[in-house]
Amino acid sequence: MTTQWLTQWHTLRNGIAVPMHQIPQIPFTDLRQAIIAAPSRNRRVAALFGRPAGESIELFAVLAADRDGLLEAARATLEGNTFASMTPECPQVHLFERELGEQWNLIPEGHPWWKPVRFQNAYRPGPDAFGRAEGEPRVVGVADFYRVEGEEIHEVSVGPVHAGVIEPGHFRFQCHGEHVFHLEISLGYQHRGIEKTLAGGPGKRTIHHMETLAGDTTVGHASAYCQALESLSACRPSARALALRGVALELERLANHTGDLGALAGDIGYLPTASYCGRLRGDFLNITALLCGNRFGRGFIRPGGVGFDVDAARVALVLERLEAAYRDVQGAAKLLWQTGSVQARFEDVGIVSEETARDLGLVGPAARACGLRRDVRTHHPFGIFQFVHIPISTFHTGDVFARAFLRWLEIERSVQFLRTQLKELPTGRARVDCPAARPDHFCVSLVEGWRGEICHVAMTDAQGRFATYKVVDPSFHNWAGLAMSLRDQQISDFPICNKSFNLSYCGHDL
Amino acid sequence: MLKILAERWRQGHRTSRFPNEAPVLSDRFRGLPVIDASKCADGCHACADACPTDAITIEAQLSNPAPKVDLGRCLFCTDCAQACPTGAIHCGPDYRLAGNTRQSLIVDGAEPVAVHPLEKRLLRLFGRSLKLRQVSAGGCNGCESDINVLGTLVFDLGRFGIQVVASPRHADGLIVTGPVTENMTLALQKSYDALTPPKIVIAVGACAISGGPFIDHPEVHNGIDSVVPVDLYIPGCPPHPYTILDGLLRLVGQLEEERALR
Repeated sequence: MTTQWLTQWHTLRNGIAVPMHQIPQIPFTDLRQAIIAAPSRNRRVAALFGRPAGESIELFAVLAADRDGLLEAARATLEGNTFASMTPECPQVHLFERELGEQWNLIPEGHPWWKPVRFQNAYRPGPDAFGRAEGEPRVVGVADFYRVEGEEIHEVSVGPVHAGVIEPGHFRFQCHGEHVFHLEISLGYQHRGIEKTLAGGPGKRTIHHMETLAGDTTVGHASAYCQALESLSACRPSARALALRGVALELERLANHTGDLGALAGDIGYLPTASYCGRLRGDFLNITALLCGNRFGRGFIRPGGVGFDVDAARVALVLERLEAAYRDVQGAAKLLWQTGSVQARFEDVGIVSEETARDLGLVGPAARACGLRRDVRTHHPFGIFQFVHIPISTFHTGDVFARAFLRWLEIERSVQFLRTQLKELPTGRARVDCPAARPDHFCVSLVEGWRGEICHVAMTDAQGRFATYKVVDPSFHNWAGLAMSLRDQQISDFPICNKSFNLSYCGHDL
Repeated sequence: MLKILAERWRQGHRTSRFPNEAPVLSDRFRGLPVIDASKCADGCHACADACPTDAITIEAQLSNPAPKVDLGRCLFCTDCAQACPTGAIHCGPDYRLAGNTRQSLIVDGAEPVAVHPLEKRLLRLFGRSLKLRQVSAGGCNGCESDINVLGTLVFDLGRFGIQVVASPRHADGLIVTGPVTENMTLALQKSYDALTPPKIVIAVGACAISGGPFIDHPEVHNGIDSVVPVDLYIPGCPPHPYTILDGLLRLVGQLEEERALR
């Protein structure tokens, strides 16, 4: 039996803009019911956010129906500043609801984990959702942390400045000896206010903001943005441009996955692979620099196509360097899988169950390492992946080993993809003109970055400017996964658990 | 064990010969802007208009207007080169961009930026052993990655006596990235205070120097020098690892100007 709250949602596809009026306005209770029912109907919450509509806030929700390759969107105007929290019944919206509280002073009543996300100022005046007095500065990290009480319990507090060369974040462990009962992660130190400045765009800084949302995912975020903008403006980049974007995206994956294998090896003191992969990560970055002059791909992904074209000689050089680097990564990774002491350290550490991963709405390698088949390239194919398929890699154990081994499987797949694409690059113009965006349109743009699903939701106003531009980095979904992986582990396992997720601070903090 | 040794043999020796040999960068590498003001049309400011961070200024009162680029703001993005109707500006191959003062980063394309080594007393202390603590204060993990990579066997920062250490208490200086978000201001200040004098500070990347792509966002400071004094600025978005290494080595007097490689 289909009920009304299921059928009202508008079905759309990744990267295809629709007129704004097609996004149905439904009662909040219906929106709420559909979100709560989403997991049992094989749907995930890809985005949930608000925007002002007069005195009220209009909530937008995007659900991903992976098996059907479809997205569903709807909106509901909230009356008043409170609503019944969906988190107790649908945990994957926990951070979205906290974000709504922080940005729009909304209070989801009954939220079990109510505290600020980024310690930023609200987007509109009104009483603070977290009970802070008006004019009181929003001091980062000042919140009620979960505490385990007892004589032998102690708390370990780390950050924001860590021992390594790494972005800032605050971690609190509730420990009994070495045993971790609970880890709480508090972020917001990297908040640069990007999302807010995107409204009214695109402007001359917009693409640069996209490239620095998470600098190690420059290609991923820039691709999601360009796809959104092109679809809003009915611009069609050439097949060649799409293929080159795919090449850059997979090179980004190769560099980061290789770096992560090295970092994991380093954290367990297995230096051969740590040393080799440290160098090899740079070799992949240098291949990207061969394409566009920048190791992170800055300047390569541009609205209408790519900023740089390649000729046959350059392609040959890229392939040659790719094969050389791949050969060495194979050797370096094989050492990991052949060494018993490495396996002993990786296996059965930091387990996240498939059920937990599903409940939390994990994405990317973190989800696939728990056995979940979630990959935007397959389920919501975009760009070149509409024509060329990269099979999903999964593993079932959900531990550090799974997350490490999965990276290796994906490295193999990405290299295969690059080999075929570079040998058969379509012809066409590298970049076409991208006209102004159409007014009053709505677009969801998903890209499978190396950390997982990057979700951008763009809406234009009557003048074709961005009315709202929402960014959901994969790390936004996945930080809770890291916290869960530490349950009942040794505190000394934190570094390898953390590296096995390798999440973005700035991507989360925006 | 034999497998490890065999793999070690196969991977080979990979440490670069820098600074005795110039690094080989991508032919598309975007370094020090090259400006040919003779090509500039009167009254044209297309490059300045296109620049996302307002890094380019054109002094209007001069009879021959010449664009000047503030490397501290520059993202090396080529938006200016694409906007220029006469090809008067583009990013050249010179990766050496570091400078001691904010003013030294404002270039007209005639000369490379100069780094003066630390004063004698500091040079005696830090010239052969410099321990740095890294603080990311809103960096996007681009600059952080390219500092991290200096520790790999390719660059092998340790051979120059420079090391990134785990605590400001162990450090002679800070190497800071990011525009300094409001939420990291206190942590950066505390990290600086925790250093024992004499101490130095190095700003890496457009964000740390000027705010970069986030200039004038209310959530950030426009660079770290509003919070801590800076001894060396290393431009780029992010700077190439060789740009960082070159700046560090010149600061500690291990790379004389005349020996500096193009």
